[in-house]
Amino acid sequence: MLNPPQINKRVPLVSARQLNKSYGRLAAVRNVDIEAYSGEVLGVVGESGSGKSTVLRLLNLEEAVDSGSYSLDIDDLRGKNLFDLDRFDRRAVQVHHIGIVYQNPHLGLRMRYSSSGNVAERLLITGERTFATLREKSRDALSASEFPLDRMDDPPRVLSGGMQQRVQLAKAIALKPRLLLLDEPTTGLDVSIQATVLDTLKRIQRQREITMIIVSHDLGVIRTLADRVMVMRNGRVVEQGLTDQILEDPQDPYTQQLVHAKL
Amino acid sequence: MTLLDVRDYGKTFHIHHLGRTISVFANLNFTLSAGQFLLVSGANGAGKSTLLRCLYRSYLPTNGEALYHSQHGTIDLARAADADILLLRQEEIGMVSQFLRPRPRVSALELVAEPLLTTMPHPEAQAQAAAMLDNFGLKRELWDAYPTTFSGGEQQKVNLARALIAPRRLLLLDEPTASLDVATRDSLAARIAELKAQGVALIGVFHHPEDVADVIDDTIIIETQDSLDGVLEDLIG
Repeated sequence: MLNPPQINKRVPLVSARQLNKSYGRLAAVRNVDIEAYSGEVLGVVGESGSGKSTVLRLLNLEEAVDSGSYSLDIDDLRGKNLFDLDRFDRRAVQVHHIGIVYQNPHLGLRMRYSSSGNVAERLLITGERTFATLREKSRDALSASEFPLDRMDDPPRVLSGGMQQRVQLAKAIALKPRLLLLDEPTTGLDVSIQATVLDTLKRIQRQREITMIIVSHDLGVIRTLADRVMVMRNGRVVEQGLTDQILEDPQDPYTQQLVHAKL
Repeated sequence: MTLLDVRDYGKTFHIHHLGRTISVFANLNFTLSAGQFLLVSGANGAGKSTLLRCLYRSYLPTNGEALYHSQHGTIDLARAADADILLLRQEEIGMVSQFLRPRPRVSALELVAEPLLTTMPHPEAQAQAAAMLDNFGLKRELWDAYPTTFSGGEQQKVNLARALIAPRRLLLLDEPTASLDVATRDSLAARIAELKAQGVALIGVFHHPEDVADVIDDTIIIETQDSLDGVLEDLIG
């Protein structure tokens, strides 16, 4: 067992304790604790059904938890259990402090609106109504996610998979959230496209000091992006540690199997 | 000034699906002071790189302690929280391995400048990166090119420049001269001497220790427990 932090005196941006979530008799998430610091990338790995995507939906306040607490170290939210907020406050936290990118762009985008319109929609929620400002801020966000600006008026449905993910990313970061949740963001993309999207994510993470929690079954993606990794199985965390340690010297029998199978 | 106290240090791998236990080294004791360069020697597969990876915490050591006297206070690297290790990797402890992990669309200059970006503006970081690449003899016309396309030797120059650019108090060198030409090996020896003079402590594993013979202060010998030759590559990957 490792010691508690001793020289790192920062307070984690994300602290979730003892998360539990069941669907009927299926316990999808069991006693999961999560801490992530500002500017840190936390990877969550595990096979289908391990509960990793459920964890992400709980952190995005998309779903009700059965039990557990969740707080963000942000001025007006400090010390509050976000699961206790009413619908309106929950929505405000989602909009202002959390961005999310889904594996399936249909979940995050309106495929027939223009790409810039998709991003502007996020800004409209906050009450921004000036066309010029909306356009400029959308352009900034699309440019930060390295989307080719000459295509900003094209709807996502005519774009490639990689471009659609960049629109989702632009929408997710448009309001400069402190926390960015990524659910298999590059799964299904060509390997070369995947590499450039990962590179964009890395750049955004460094420039914005954003906290990222990335769920993926692809250990290559995790190795490229994550500082630390949590390994999940059957709803539980079986092991967690520094990314290189988990991939090179896994301790748990299941992690050894997972790493051995993938490399 | 002592920087690192390693006591009764040991590493054992448990390979669960084979029910195998491999003891790599045990009861290792040594100390390291600021400005000292310690060479790790021992037979192939004795666990020299394993020792470095345990100190960097890419591997979890099994026994003993590695008391590191950081600027934030003394801490046992063997049991320190991940958050503490990440902080030390950012500020104080560096690892130089044999291989570069180039990324698509990132130029040699950018790759080398990257470790400095958290502490200084971009142009300044780039200027230092250029000086470092020059120091290791990478041709100027390659600075803006992508290392994914470089030869092994050229990649290794970028790797060294990147690994040695940010100021560190403790550097772990894992066979950094593997695919280098003579001139670059000489620049590395010169750089090590320079770092020592600045008070940096170094621990290194070298395939050809004669490359750095002039800068070695002390040697520790790792005695083979269970040989690691080929075993880990096969089992852990």
